[in-house]
Amino acid sequence: MLISVYVPLLIAMVLAVFAPRAARRLAPRPAVWSLAAAALVASLGWLGSLALLAFAGLVQIPEVAEEGQWSVSAVRASDPVYLTVAGAAALALLASVAGLAVAATRQLRHLRWARRECRLLPGDTELAVLDMESPEAFALPGAPGRIVVSRGMLRCLSNGEREALLAHERAHLRGRHHLFQTLWRLSAAVNPLLRPLSHAGGFVLERWADEEAAVRVGDRTVVAHAVGRAALATSSNRSRPALAATGGAVPQRVRALLAPPPPRRALPFVAGAALLVVCCASLADATTDSEEMIETAQHAACAAAATSARSVPPHDLCCRHERPDGPVQHR
Amino acid sequence: MDDRKSDEPGTTAGRRARGELESGVLATLYGADEPMTARQVRDRLPGDLAYTTVLTILSRLHDKGMLVRHRAGRGYAYAPARDEATHTAERMRSLLEHGTDREAVLTRFVSELSEEDEQLLQRLLSGRADEGP
Repeated sequence: MLISVYVPLLIAMVLAVFAPRAARRLAPRPAVWSLAAAALVASLGWLGSLALLAFAGLVQIPEVAEEGQWSVSAVRASDPVYLTVAGAAALALLASVAGLAVAATRQLRHLRWARRECRLLPGDTELAVLDMESPEAFALPGAPGRIVVSRGMLRCLSNGEREALLAHERAHLRGRHHLFQTLWRLSAAVNPLLRPLSHAGGFVLERWADEEAAVRVGDRTVVAHAVGRAALATSSNRSRPALAATGGAVPQRVRALLAPPPPRRALPFVAGAALLVVCCASLADATTDSEEMIETAQHAACAAAATSARSVPPHDLCCRHERPDGPVQHR
Repeated sequence: MDDRKSDEPGTTAGRRARGELESGVLATLYGADEPMTARQVRDRLPGDLAYTTVLTILSRLHDKGMLVRHRAGRGYAYAPARDEATHTAERMRSLLEHGTDREAVLTRFVSELSEEDEQLLQRLLSGRADEGP
């Protein structure tokens, strides 16, 4: 309990630092899945650890102990955590859960809006064109999702590049990339330290769609040029404030497309998977420890009660707290 | 509205391919300056599409009211029906220009460039860029 409860917190931080760097260099598709797994485990681990720490503080409150019939002194004797640590964990847990609730509501609302917008867009074609000169292109998730492109964007691309753009956005819709984004956004709401995962995730999703478009079009250079030309056209038409400071994302994508496809490497994934396993294992270990601590304390409370009230044989009071494999001979 | 779906038993793959072709044709016509005949559209689409396939897609889109056409020689020349696109643009403009947090669910094709990004990108593209649009 003493160490294992902190391990998931530590792993969340390690992942926040190293996973984004690793992900940007790996083949995008497995990188997306790894980042998703990392975000899921790290945020559940974070919540779990905080809950256990808060719980360890809660059980030291005499009123709670009385209700649960365990001995506070026995709990304190097993030395779980300092009350200040437990208090801080409880506050952090509250903040995380509140953040998650807010983010989930907001994300759900946005997704509903996108779905409605998909239906409202004219026609039943996959592509909906906006008659505007400024270059715009995005995938709007829905059932089915739509590709929305402005006329200005279509006019600044060559024939092959238009195909690349469509293939790219199609890859987002087919791969249900908005679900990955949702997962990362929620995990960042649970634990702001995981925000880098979300940023890196957005980048590898674009890379995934780029690579899929490259396969589709059959020419990496065409996709690179589509991305580059679209970005330059957008920035020369800059009439709105910068929305997202994803510094360097486009040049990185173009550079990756001009280079051969990234090789598949196993080591980073194995390392990541090992971290996640350690995270789950230590959380399980900490949970078992907490359980045992309470059982021991209940037993201690029982034994104490039995000693003070001599008339009742200790077994009758305490046996309901016995473990199933304990002695049951009195029945 | 048009109800042509019933005339094709259509597997998912078939419907999907048709949808992709429609997108390609629409994108081509919107990217062009003037109306195009089926043959011109076919020449601009990737792959070796049959002329009749392109013609079918064009007349389907026309039936849906997404294209307008006029006589050109023995056939028709097609152009996008822009009023719907204009209407849609109106709806989307505020979102795109002012940026709301609804953008969270959009995956944009390209993100904003910084000045250094722009120069770097120019260099990257000119390194191999020979073909223009």
